[in-house]
Amino acid sequence: MSAFLELDHVTKTFGSEGLFGGGSVTVAVDDVSLTIDEDESSITTVAGESGSGKTTLARLLLGSHVPNAGKMLYRGKDFTRLTRRERRNFRREIQPIFQDPFESYNPFYKVDHVLDEPIKNFRLASSGSEKQQMIEDALEMVGLVPEETLGRFPHQLSGGQRQRVMVARALLLKPRVILADEPVSMVDASLRATILDSIRRLNRDLGISVIYITHDLTTAYQISDNIMVMYRGTVVEAGTVDAVIPSPQHPYTKLLIESIPQPDPKNRWGSEPPQQNWDTSDLQIAGCRFADRCPAVMDRCHDTKPAQYLINDHQLTACLLHEENGEMSDTDITTTFQTEKETIKAIPANS
Amino acid sequence: MVQPTIEETRLSTEQAIQTYRKGARITDADALVVEDLSVYYETDSGTVKACDDVTFTLKQGERFALVGESGSGKTTLAMALMRLTRPPGHIAKGSVMLNGRDITKLPDDEMRKTRLSELALVPQGAMNSLNPVMRIERQITDGIIDHLEDGDPTPTKADLQETVRDLLTRVGLRPSVGRLFPHELSGGMKQRVAMAIGISLRPKLIIADEPTSALDVVVQRQIMQTLGRLQEGLDASIMLVGHDMGLVAQFADTIGVMYAGKLVEIGPVEEVFSDPKHPYTKLLIGSLPSLQEKREFLGIPGLPPQLIFLPEGCAFEDRCPSRFEKCQAAIPDLINLGGRREVACHLYEEEAKS
Amino acid sequence: MTNSVTSPTPTNKGASGGWNQFNQERVVPIKKYAGRNPSLIVGVVLLFGMLLLVGIGHLIWDTEMFRPLSTPTRLPPTGEHPFGTDTQGRDLLAIAILGTPLTLRIGLIAGIVAIGLGTVAAFLSAYYRGVIDGAIRSVVDVGLAMPALLILILVRINVGRELSTDEMGIAIGLTSWVFPARTIRSQVLVMREQAYVELSRLSGTSGMGIIFKEMMPNLIPYITASLVASVAGAILASIGLEAIGLGNLSDPTLGMTIYWNIQFSSITLGMWWWWVPPLVAIVIVFVSLFLISSGLDEWSNPRLRKRV
Repeated sequence: MSAFLELDHVTKTFGSEGLFGGGSVTVAVDDVSLTIDEDESSITTVAGESGSGKTTLARLLLGSHVPNAGKMLYRGKDFTRLTRRERRNFRREIQPIFQDPFESYNPFYKVDHVLDEPIKNFRLASSGSEKQQMIEDALEMVGLVPEETLGRFPHQLSGGQRQRVMVARALLLKPRVILADEPVSMVDASLRATILDSIRRLNRDLGISVIYITHDLTTAYQISDNIMVMYRGTVVEAGTVDAVIPSPQHPYTKLLIESIPQPDPKNRWGSEPPQQNWDTSDLQIAGCRFADRCPAVMDRCHDTKPAQYLINDHQLTACLLHEENGEMSDTDITTTFQTEKETIKAIPANS
Repeated sequence: MVQPTIEETRLSTEQAIQTYRKGARITDADALVVEDLSVYYETDSGTVKACDDVTFTLKQGERFALVGESGSGKTTLAMALMRLTRPPGHIAKGSVMLNGRDITKLPDDEMRKTRLSELALVPQGAMNSLNPVMRIERQITDGIIDHLEDGDPTPTKADLQETVRDLLTRVGLRPSVGRLFPHELSGGMKQRVAMAIGISLRPKLIIADEPTSALDVVVQRQIMQTLGRLQEGLDASIMLVGHDMGLVAQFADTIGVMYAGKLVEIGPVEEVFSDPKHPYTKLLIGSLPSLQEKREFLGIPGLPPQLIFLPEGCAFEDRCPSRFEKCQAAIPDLINLGGRREVACHLYEEEAKS
Repeated sequence: MTNSVTSPTPTNKGASGGWNQFNQERVVPIKKYAGRNPSLIVGVVLLFGMLLLVGIGHLIWDTEMFRPLSTPTRLPPTGEHPFGTDTQGRDLLAIAILGTPLTLRIGLIAGIVAIGLGTVAAFLSAYYRGVIDGAIRSVVDVGLAMPALLILILVRINVGRELSTDEMGIAIGLTSWVFPARTIRSQVLVMREQAYVELSRLSGTSGMGIIFKEMMPNLIPYITASLVASVAGAILASIGLEAIGLGNLSDPTLGMTIYWNIQFSSITLGMWWWWVPPLVAIVIVFVSLFLISSGLDEWSNPRLRKRV
């Protein structure tokens, strides 16, 4: 299986060291390796708080950022060395759905613009009527009525509708990978289901791989096959969703899951977790980045940086508690992901 | 390296446990009585009834959550309670009794004094409403100084510094944060500053409008727990406005559900979650994804009505799975089902009569 | 699962066909906006009112009398010469009729040159960043620090001869493009980070495509407002240059009129009819340009909009 896209020990930093040792450097993504294969199509969640690096990871995958260390390989070739044509193909094959359904639209144009542009640029239709047909089909697939959507300005549609048009756009392009960055966090609860459902169908029916970036682990659990949890630039835990969510091994993952507000008044939060320390620059932390907040912290954690340790076939963690499992030789986190597409049985809600 | 909040955390664990002993906290006294409150917007195309005939009571010490999706009228209501409705919106009718006075009838300068001192708002996106060129401490003291009356002694610089230090510690921030500018703080920290400003004059009622939107789960939990602690410390009541049902379940005592400008269901949180009466509430709770089992995504088909084209009957009728003939004809009123349970749905009219 | 919008955006019912539709779709919204943005409308009315008067003046008055020795000298306003005459026998109404549009013309040429150059520089600088940005910014920073009037004086002295109105306009434009360059650059910098720009890039649009298709249309209100501000600034600069004697002696511009006023001590001579009209004209021009500029500001910045 050839790799469509591969991140090989990629690190991305921002900021600069001051002239005399001052200045602050943020290591947004720290030594992450992963592979997106050509043949399989899965939904993978990248979960984390703000500052975790998940958005930077997304930007790296989209080609908007260039790594400071490590390489990104597109079909085996170093991304920074692609020809114009290859880069164009790359653009066609990986598409985003952004978080803010309003900001993604240029207020000067009608919403049609967002659907017309890619068709024109990538020459996906040979005639005007073919283009029109493609657009209408895509809109219908996400549950929108073309007559009531096209010809409108963004402010004339609701947030849910705008986001659905974005999904339709992604559908239109039939990319290999869709990067959905918090696609429903700014949309009403009752509309989220429809949008997430469309995304799930993109994966099931069209075989498009989805990278779902969120901090909402509940929807992540519902929609994805695999998950990677990030904290301050490092992947602290990764694996299939069925392994990680019911049985998280990293203290941070446990904290995330505990903090999810369950809609069950009888099952309430415990005590207040400690806050993140914003002062320390990333470069100054020698050991585990989570040490200052970790309820299970050991003395070693402050000066030894954890590597990746395998828990089982479908789960890995970067926590010194699991050191005896031995460091993983292949740091590609996707080795723990499920490759066979198991059908997720849909249980009707009222059974 | 670890900041004082760890000490705070230890203290707050006890307090956190205490806050869930609701009996001790909620009294029988009324903190806020809202009756028939209506906020209308006059536009060229007609009257938009953003909020219509909203009636409910908030008890002293209670945590009341007002939920609804966009367009439900919940933010309009929160702003109306603070008399911050912007023209062409206006309070068309109704009354809001706070501490024995109807604040909808107060003259502007009286209302200004009431704001912050008796009734405080932590607005949506509060983190964006901090003045970017003012240090935090100054923003906190501004409100305090502004509310000084003629007879009050002028606080000294030391007094103000002490107040700021106290407020910042209460919301879980290091006192040194006072010297910083907003852009130097994270989202969660800015939200805490907004809360500090909100409680600076020890109000008896705090309205928090989506206080944790745009914040992550962990920070969200910390903020909500801090809010709970603050409430304890001030002996105040909280009205939480939002759309996150999970948050409501974790935090609130009583919930009020809004749809298309009307209050459609009220009740104690456990009761409403385990036995929702209004079809909209049922569907809303049903659509919440769980962390326990995987299943189909359930949404609510259709879209909420545009407030300018409200139907003659129930606004939820076209999306309601339990609709019948009466629903199109008449708007349902809030019916009392016993205790604090109320629902605005024709389905329960028979039940209430019995 | 079909989800349809419950009802369409409210349209004006009954407006179909001909004038009715045109009225509803075009005229009514303009009238409504005018109600909410009085400064723009007042400014435009003032400016065009003045131009209209000038136009009528051209038709009914003998503008040749602007030349010296066309009339008896030092006449206060009379029936034959409603604005009076100056010490060199010029009819001052003719001067007013000819001078006002000339001054505006200098402003317009300078404004167009300044905005044209400024916009191009701003876009190149802000969109491509890197070395280009560094280079343009250095030029702009130096330009901002240099006193434009001094440069213009030096240019005029070096050129040796008088500058025609058009040449003056171009010269002023060339010294003032740095101001709009800087402000437009900041706007572009912000716009560059917008999600829709990134989306367009990921849709395969080229750099130039993004500049012209995505960013430019949204900047038109802002650029127009800058243009008006540039015009006003240029008029001021031209009046300044002319008043100190560096203008074109045979042009009856408002600035030159001021110059002659100074040369011939009109105030001491008590010839109020010589200096009042040009001052009034200058005030009207600036007030109207300012009102237009503020009105445009409100239009281009939705946050300042007072409407619902």
